[in-house]
Amino acid sequence: MTFKTKKRLKKITQHTLLGLFTLVMLYPLIWMLASSLKESSNVFVDAHSLIPSAWEFSNYVDGWKGFAGISFTTFYKNTFIIVGITTIGSIIFSAVAAYGFARINFTGRKMWFALMLMTMMLPFEMVMIPQYIMFNWFELIDTYLPLILPTFFGYPFFIFLMIQFIRTIPKELDQAARIDGCNTISIFFRIIVPLIVPAMMTSTIFSFYWRWDDFMAPLIYLQSPEKYPVSLALKLFSDPEAVTNWGALFAMTTLSLLPIMIIFFIFQRYIVDGISTSGLKG
Amino acid sequence: MQEAQTEERQLNTPPDPSSMKKRKKPVKDIDNKMGYLFLSPFIFGTIAFMLFPMAYSLYLSFTDYNLVGTPQWAGLANYKEMFTNDPQFWDAIRVTFFYAGTAVPVRLVFALLIALALNKVVEMVGIYRTLLYLPSIVGGSIGVSIMWRQLFGNDGAINSFLESIGLQGHSWLGDPDTAIWTLVILYGWQFGSSMIIFLAGLRNIPSIYYEAAEVDGAKPLQKFFKITIPMLTPVILFNVIMQVIHGFMAFTPAFIVTEGGPINSTLLYVLYMYRQAFQFFDMGYASALAWVMLLIIGIFTAIIFKSSDYWVHYDN
Repeated sequence: MTFKTKKRLKKITQHTLLGLFTLVMLYPLIWMLASSLKESSNVFVDAHSLIPSAWEFSNYVDGWKGFAGISFTTFYKNTFIIVGITTIGSIIFSAVAAYGFARINFTGRKMWFALMLMTMMLPFEMVMIPQYIMFNWFELIDTYLPLILPTFFGYPFFIFLMIQFIRTIPKELDQAARIDGCNTISIFFRIIVPLIVPAMMTSTIFSFYWRWDDFMAPLIYLQSPEKYPVSLALKLFSDPEAVTNWGALFAMTTLSLLPIMIIFFIFQRYIVDGISTSGLKG
Repeated sequence: MQEAQTEERQLNTPPDPSSMKKRKKPVKDIDNKMGYLFLSPFIFGTIAFMLFPMAYSLYLSFTDYNLVGTPQWAGLANYKEMFTNDPQFWDAIRVTFFYAGTAVPVRLVFALLIALALNKVVEMVGIYRTLLYLPSIVGGSIGVSIMWRQLFGNDGAINSFLESIGLQGHSWLGDPDTAIWTLVILYGWQFGSSMIIFLAGLRNIPSIYYEAAEVDGAKPLQKFFKITIPMLTPVILFNVIMQVIHGFMAFTPAFIVTEGGPINSTLLYVLYMYRQAFQFFDMGYASALAWVMLLIIGIFTAIIFKSSDYWVHYDN
């Protein structure tokens, strides 16, 4: 065997193994998509098969009708409202805080920075009980405010990401702007903000998909079904005792993953960069 | 950061010492005003939604409170109850340690192996990386948990596949011995983000080390254990800490896929805490549970950090 054929053989084996592995890993997702296209009564006949007997798009139509007279139009609208407002707030205020940390030398900066790093490690589950009681004091249970406010004023992970980014911007730019008559505030708007757009994009994408997935907060705060976001609606839709139309359940489950996947495929670059530079959890 | 900033400040202030004293103060005042102006939203958010809740939760953990009326001081009763008189607490501890102790290594080993494989391949890395990262992107969502329940259900795809090749199916979710493993696999399946961090770490190892080793006649396995692994240890440390916290905090999979059962075999800690707080409205007891978990996570993080002196290699 010549060196060349040996090398080629090695390459083919590598790709076969990796390809097979990738397929096995993706099987559950493909299976879900295939099941959503199967006729409802056929979902569990040869359940592992990936080829639907007939392409049944009616599952999507049936599933979209939702439950208790509330369609998925409402659930998606609710999700977009919650995700949108939270994301806008947390991106703007994270950028503001990041600039303060990275460029202004104020008393107590180290203390607040350390505190930010600590809250970054603190899981939401640790504060959910006191937060719930607080929102209960203000009678805000069953509104969107408890879902929006806690991350609205800046999110430690994003602040950290943006600080890292601002540090790569040469300080000479700030100094030049200062000579041209800019003050601390206008430097932020005119110099820093335009330059940290990539970091803001990365944060927006992460915020979008963490909020989209958020399940626990809606679960504890929301009571009226017409206020449910998609995640909580799916949980009710999927209650084992209540499900009769399995095809529709698979259809709505598949659909709920679609926005995340679309965002992922479009903005992959930002996500991969965000993870590799700051170690954001994915 | 701090050093660079003071350095710049020194450069900006005029060298004449007599004028320095006079001018330093107003600059510092403006900096303080501006600093706190820019930080005010963050500080408000942190106090209102982090610091105050943490303090309040610590207080609640020493009380008896069910959302009606006012919290009644109970001293250490909650903690005493937990450790001496609550078998479910011990179930939750056992299950959570088992889960974190298996799921985290499974995920990290997978992530490392695949990252190493991808690092060797030259073509199509992008495609593999994208596709293998996909489970990690969707994995946290409720939809995937629902899908997982069907996948391992009695008439789900796994059993149907086993039967089609002549094997016996199994009640994966109904058997206390296997139910937790379906959750471990679900966690391991989402190895994508760790894989990407490892891949970035591998790319950062200077090739000159490998070249030098080759000149010295090092074998592939030697290179792996003497260069690759030591150079990756900082990345491994970071991953281990994040994943351990993440593993201890898992909730959704147990809530959706197995609902904590059968016979508490998948009663993850946060699920137990959730039930105490929002099904039995025992806010004092649930707060005590939260603080015990925080302590456990704190101890674990500290141990991992301390041990890192012995196994993490920093390349200067």
